[in-house]
Amino acid sequence: MTRPFLSVENLVVHFPTPDGVVRATDGLSYTVEPGKTLGIVGESGSGKSVSSSAILGLHRNTSAQVSGRIWLNDIDLLTLSDKEMQARRGKDVAMIFQDPLSALHPYYTIGDQVAEAYRVHNKVSKKAARDRAIEMLDRVGIPNPQLRVDDYPHQFSGGMRQRAMIAMALINDPQLLIADEPTTALDVTVQAQILDLLQDLQREFNTALIMITHDLGVIAEVADDVLVMYAGRAVEYGTTKQLLTAPAMPYTLGLIQSVPDLSSDVNEPLRPIPGNPPSLLDPPSGCAFAPRCTFKHLVADNLPDTVMPELEEIAPGHLRRCHLTEHDLSKLTPKPAEEVEVV
Amino acid sequence: MSTPLLEVKDLTMHFPIRSRGLIPRTVGHVPAVDGVSFSIGAGEALGLVGESGSGKSTTGRLITRLHEPTSGQIIFDGQDIAGWTPRQLKPLRRDIQMIFQDPYTSLNPRHTVGEIIGAPLEIHKLVPKQGRLRRVQELLEIVGLNPEHYNRYPHEFSGGQRQRIGIARALTMQPRLLVADEPVSALDVSIQAQIINLMKDLQKEFNIAFLFIAHDLAIVRHFCPQIAVMYKGKIVENAPREELYTNPQHGYTRSLLSAVPDMRQAVVGGRRERIRYTGKEEVVTTTER
Amino acid sequence: MLAFIIRRILVGFAMIVVMIFVVFALFFANGNPAINQCGKYCTPEKLDEITGLLGYDKSIPEQFTAFSAGLVVGRDFPVNDEYRAALIENGYENRIIHCAAPCLGYSQSDQKTVNQLLVKAAGPTLSLAIVSFLIWIFFGVLIGVIAAINKGRWLDRVVVGSTLVVYALPVFVIGTFFLQYVAIKWQLYPYPRFEPLKEPADILPWLTGILLPALTLALFFMAAYVRYTRAFVLESMSEDYIRTARSKGLPERTVLFKHGLRSALTPLVTLAGLDFASLLAGAIITESVFNYQGMGALAVKANNNHDLPVLIGLVIVGAAAVIVMNIIVDILYAYIDPRVRVTK
Repeated sequence: MTRPFLSVENLVVHFPTPDGVVRATDGLSYTVEPGKTLGIVGESGSGKSVSSSAILGLHRNTSAQVSGRIWLNDIDLLTLSDKEMQARRGKDVAMIFQDPLSALHPYYTIGDQVAEAYRVHNKVSKKAARDRAIEMLDRVGIPNPQLRVDDYPHQFSGGMRQRAMIAMALINDPQLLIADEPTTALDVTVQAQILDLLQDLQREFNTALIMITHDLGVIAEVADDVLVMYAGRAVEYGTTKQLLTAPAMPYTLGLIQSVPDLSSDVNEPLRPIPGNPPSLLDPPSGCAFAPRCTFKHLVADNLPDTVMPELEEIAPGHLRRCHLTEHDLSKLTPKPAEEVEVV
Repeated sequence: MSTPLLEVKDLTMHFPIRSRGLIPRTVGHVPAVDGVSFSIGAGEALGLVGESGSGKSTTGRLITRLHEPTSGQIIFDGQDIAGWTPRQLKPLRRDIQMIFQDPYTSLNPRHTVGEIIGAPLEIHKLVPKQGRLRRVQELLEIVGLNPEHYNRYPHEFSGGQRQRIGIARALTMQPRLLVADEPVSALDVSIQAQIINLMKDLQKEFNIAFLFIAHDLAIVRHFCPQIAVMYKGKIVENAPREELYTNPQHGYTRSLLSAVPDMRQAVVGGRRERIRYTGKEEVVTTTER
Repeated sequence: MLAFIIRRILVGFAMIVVMIFVVFALFFANGNPAINQCGKYCTPEKLDEITGLLGYDKSIPEQFTAFSAGLVVGRDFPVNDEYRAALIENGYENRIIHCAAPCLGYSQSDQKTVNQLLVKAAGPTLSLAIVSFLIWIFFGVLIGVIAAINKGRWLDRVVVGSTLVVYALPVFVIGTFFLQYVAIKWQLYPYPRFEPLKEPADILPWLTGILLPALTLALFFMAAYVRYTRAFVLESMSEDYIRTARSKGLPERTVLFKHGLRSALTPLVTLAGLDFASLLAGAIITESVFNYQGMGALAVKANNNHDLPVLIGLVIVGAAAVIVMNIIVDILYAYIDPRVRVTK
């Protein structure tokens, strides 16, 4: 059997600190195919960004301890030398970040920065790289690219900056693009434009896309598959439709329910998840979500507090990490959120 | 009809543009807020939405008088406070309070939660020193925090808890109007709903009016029965939420609504219309999923 | 950009004018300065002579006007008209001292114009400032960068530890060590003596003479600059745009030198400009340890002699140096950071 295009297996990223080891990512596995989009959902500190930076090898030469396997085209990126990894960075795998203002260097022009990404992987003249940069800026919808190419980042609007970042990321036609909260810092209307652009480009170049976000609305718009992360681990994994229509893990359900949409009943109070995300320094020994879970009382004894549930496949391609025996959460009666004792 | 708690009439604020010549001069003005009018009744909530740079935050800061209006009226409880001096405003600061976006930077890290929440009591010398702690604990309880945690520092709390502290601080003086500027956009999704519910409870319990400034249309819709849309410094539409969401009148409102990701629709599939508002016209693009 | 520079220069000029006024007002606050200068064995005649020579009998506004006029068109000493008339009458016309613009005054104790004294002192001071500046910037930044990229390893710890030691050592201890041991006792290095730099051939003796004192001065600043650089580089290397640069696949060398250093060194420009300016007013301790007749030594002497015109001249030159360096720093800033240069 051939391996998927990207296959992350049992990825672990730990950061030793004076206070102890921060288990940012603990045994994460997923796959992505070309032209497909995997959405990774999680809150701040869930390890969603950390695990994706590991694909680019951005934790190399830091104190982080990374283990597991990251197969890209049948090559384990974690076994590559720094030099080999560097040659793939920006060429095979590219990344765009949340805040395009801080992600662009304030002292260099947009054109310099976009062209630099091209020149580092292609032996071309400055002029050729600049022409290629203009072409890419044009492709991502920046008006008058011949003129704007010489602007500095602070002369661009937020949406234009993110377009420039996308141009920079896609200039080498990478096979895999990781987008880390690419629209969080943008206005709603600009967000829609950027998401549409990313999807257009993905179709055109058949890129595999990992979309990291905390916004289920964004996931619903762009993702084929979804991975929900909580406290450094995958808690649910499946197709977007499976997860959004039949979430089988209380955290996923909680996320979906806590977000109002344009048709929800305004007279009903919102249904938040009680409590706060756990610290990764000292995560609960059992199910990390147990302290906030409204279904916990349905599981026998103190199982959730002491035993970490395994990721189990409940339907073809639909995995979840939960002690509940029932897969259809709508058949169960949760405790009201107010009655969950939160420490 | 009773008089509203807050009535804003033709409120305008200009930022000067300076020339770049040898001697810099003010050569013109950018209207950040341009003839804005609206009103909020006691205990009611008005939502103010718009893109960054639309002037929605500036409007909030004008009402709390953190900015100086260029012209227009801010009538609070029957008095026009637009031209008041800081000294005149001092008693009014009790009635109008603000909740900020970033719970990480809006709390002084060197002060305990008790000091932060109790500071307004000290400034206005309202409660005797002995009573202050009791009031602080009461407020912590109201916003859903452990009243025994008054001695802790902000960094010991999570983002959502810090926003609760921010709200408790705003409540200390029993305000009648709260200006909430993007109060949940820096918080995790699972926490946003907690804070919204909390603010809704407080609104009911203490009859507090809200000016709720946000860019998340679904949350604004949930919180505010009346919503004003700002575009380039002007209010382009001000309508009850049902009307605004079902029958938007302005092109910019339509473009905003079309941009909101819809979880359910996206899953079921079908046609999706995106409207882009250029300032003059609407450009519609349709995609099939 | 040109308008920006001209504006800064005009503002700088105005600042110098204001500053001269303030300095003047400060020094003339209490009575006739000649009393102090006249010294222990003062006679009424001597007091009158000094007072008349320097014009201390005039009102303060009058003195300020005369001083300002001297800056623009030059002036003659003695200031007192009768004294000058008497000198001419008695055939001592050559005893009238003409001080050309910009005249900063006349030193009675040195029998020279302040300008002459300053020009003479400027040689050693300027040489010392420039050479030590080059040493401390080069090595300070270099070692700081090395420490930053080795953060937390033993090399970094050694560097950070030793900068603390050097920084804590008083300048005169380092200077005395160089002079008494390196130069005199062990004879490892020729005795440092200032050789003026008048033509290209003078470079070697000039450099030989200046190196030990310059090193003494530089070590102190170097310790500070290693720390600044290390902190600024660490801060800049944790910026988001560094992550972007890495994710593009740039070699770590390019990430550091092209993307990291440029922003890290920007704040150093300000610090370096001001520190250099402060040296232009003289490095008192270093100069006295090595017996250099620079601005610092001049200041010490003028202070001991209560030689007011010299002190005023020194203060004005020192302050002007700070203002001028500030302008240069601003221009450099605009050159380095496009956000300052280009406004929307």
